[in-house]
Amino acid sequence: MAYSEKVIDHYNNPRNMGSLDKSDPQVGTGIVGAPECGDVMKLQIKVGPDGVIEDAKFKTFGCGSAIASSSLATEWLKGKNVEEARQIKNTDIVEELCLPPVKIHCSVLAEDAIKAALSDYQKKHQESETAQAVEAKA
Amino acid sequence: MKLPVYMDSHSTTPVDPRALEAMLPYFAEKFGNAASRNHSFGWEAEQAVESARAQIARLIHADPKEIVFTSGATESDNLALKGVVEMYREKGDHLITAVTEHRAVLDTARRLEKQGIQVTYLPVGEDGRVDPDAVREAITERTILISIMLANNEIGTINPAAEIGRIAKERGVLFHCDATQGVGKIPVDVEAMGIDLMSFTSHKMYGPKGVGALYVRKKNPRVRLAPLFDGGGHERGMRSGTLPVPLIVGFGKACEIAGAVMTEESARLARFRDKMLHTIMETLGEVYLNGHPTERLPHNLNLSFAYVEGESLLMGMKEIALSSGSACTSASLEPSYVLKAMGRGADLAHSSIRFGLGRFNTEEEVDYVIGRVIETVRRLREMSPLYEMAREGIDLKTVNWKVD
Ligand SMILES: Cc1ncc(COP(=O)(O)O)c(C=O)c1O
Repeated sequence: MAYSEKVIDHYNNPRNMGSLDKSDPQVGTGIVGAPECGDVMKLQIKVGPDGVIEDAKFKTFGCGSAIASSSLATEWLKGKNVEEARQIKNTDIVEELCLPPVKIHCSVLAEDAIKAALSDYQKKHQESETAQAVEAKA
Repeated sequence: MKLPVYMDSHSTTPVDPRALEAMLPYFAEKFGNAASRNHSFGWEAEQAVESARAQIARLIHADPKEIVFTSGATESDNLALKGVVEMYREKGDHLITAVTEHRAVLDTARRLEKQGIQVTYLPVGEDGRVDPDAVREAITERTILISIMLANNEIGTINPAAEIGRIAKERGVLFHCDATQGVGKIPVDVEAMGIDLMSFTSHKMYGPKGVGALYVRKKNPRVRLAPLFDGGGHERGMRSGTLPVPLIVGFGKACEIAGAVMTEESARLARFRDKMLHTIMETLGEVYLNGHPTERLPHNLNLSFAYVEGESLLMGMKEIALSSGSACTSASLEPSYVLKAMGRGADLAHSSIRFGLGRFNTEEEVDYVIGRVIETVRRLREMSPLYEMAREGIDLKTVNWKVD
């Protein structure tokens, strides 16, 4: 399989590879895929008090296109607020990385990972807000 | 050392310079048709073909008259299965083969099924071997052919062909063996192994592409075959078409060379293979050998690297030509059916790499590949969420993966 230059660049120089503290209430974690399917992506975001994503990290088990899709996703997530982040579509990733049809599922997985991380963050955030509200009342 | 390094010998091999040299006169200078009986051009070509036929027969302990030239092992497999079924249809309608066969056998069997033939696909053990007792039990009154490969092209496991041959003889069933990966690499003796039909190909043993052979037993029993195509009746009527003389000459020379160097070559490649296996396993940990630990081709190594996906591993070692059982390297999006049939979890099938050592690999190349594999697996494990989870003590088998 021939890879696009952008896929090769992300594979060789992954952006934001690593992990954030998943117990931090400001951090949302999404893990999607399954080892049996040959792809697992972990995507994490850290949202600042202003609601803007200040950091994003990924770790991926998968082919070069899966690694590139998640690396690109972290690049795009940084600096966006939660609502803007939700707008990222798998087709944008396909276009940016010039993924061939057999690799479209990698971009779908990256979109799923973004959504999962955002939901995790929002769930935690609501919980911590409720907790704070309860504390304030007491 | 020159890059890229070629370590994909199960896929194909370069033509040995000695075979190439033998071929060259037969392209332009000695260009005759081996079937031309009336002039010296034809005689010269025929003589070259017959001498190659003898070289090939010698390597497998056959009679030269038992060699039928084809375009390669795919055609040989098709000819063996379809030719036997058509010729022996009144005797029976049942074939026995195994799930780990090459697609040239499996897809042919599937087509025959559509024509009303019953096919038994035997399972294999976790080492990839077919159990001879399972073959024995699968034979019925209606069985006309057993088709079991000698050595598997992915995992290198060698089947107990001689035992299967003995069972076939006892029960009066024909035995076809796809020996494409074994001929020229390990000793093959069609008499001792009780083989009635055997497919093999030149380009996997340092001969040219585009030519192969089907061994067809002439006595005890005399095997008859319906041809795949009709025409001039070449090759005892089993395979019509003008013979590719230069290719056949190269194939013959390649067989002669293989016979002469086999002992030394297989020992050398097995030593390289074992060095790779031990160094990589000990350095990295959580590396698994696919296939049988000892009953395997000397030049084959197939490893699964836990937590790392095969295609991404190949991508990190672009200057090394290797192959992977990962779905991403196949058009089908399914990981290797051979590894799955052995009960390897799909996760380890996705993580597999096949190393195919060959005649021209040097120890320097072997050391280079070892170093690059270790480096790349380490880098990708650092990038792998599975590796991280495993190190946190999470049992990956108990995780509830979200799959849609
Ligand atoms: C076991 C086996 N059978 C058949 C074939 C097909 O050989 P050919 O390329 O000569 O048609 C191969 C090669 O891929 C093989 O490994």
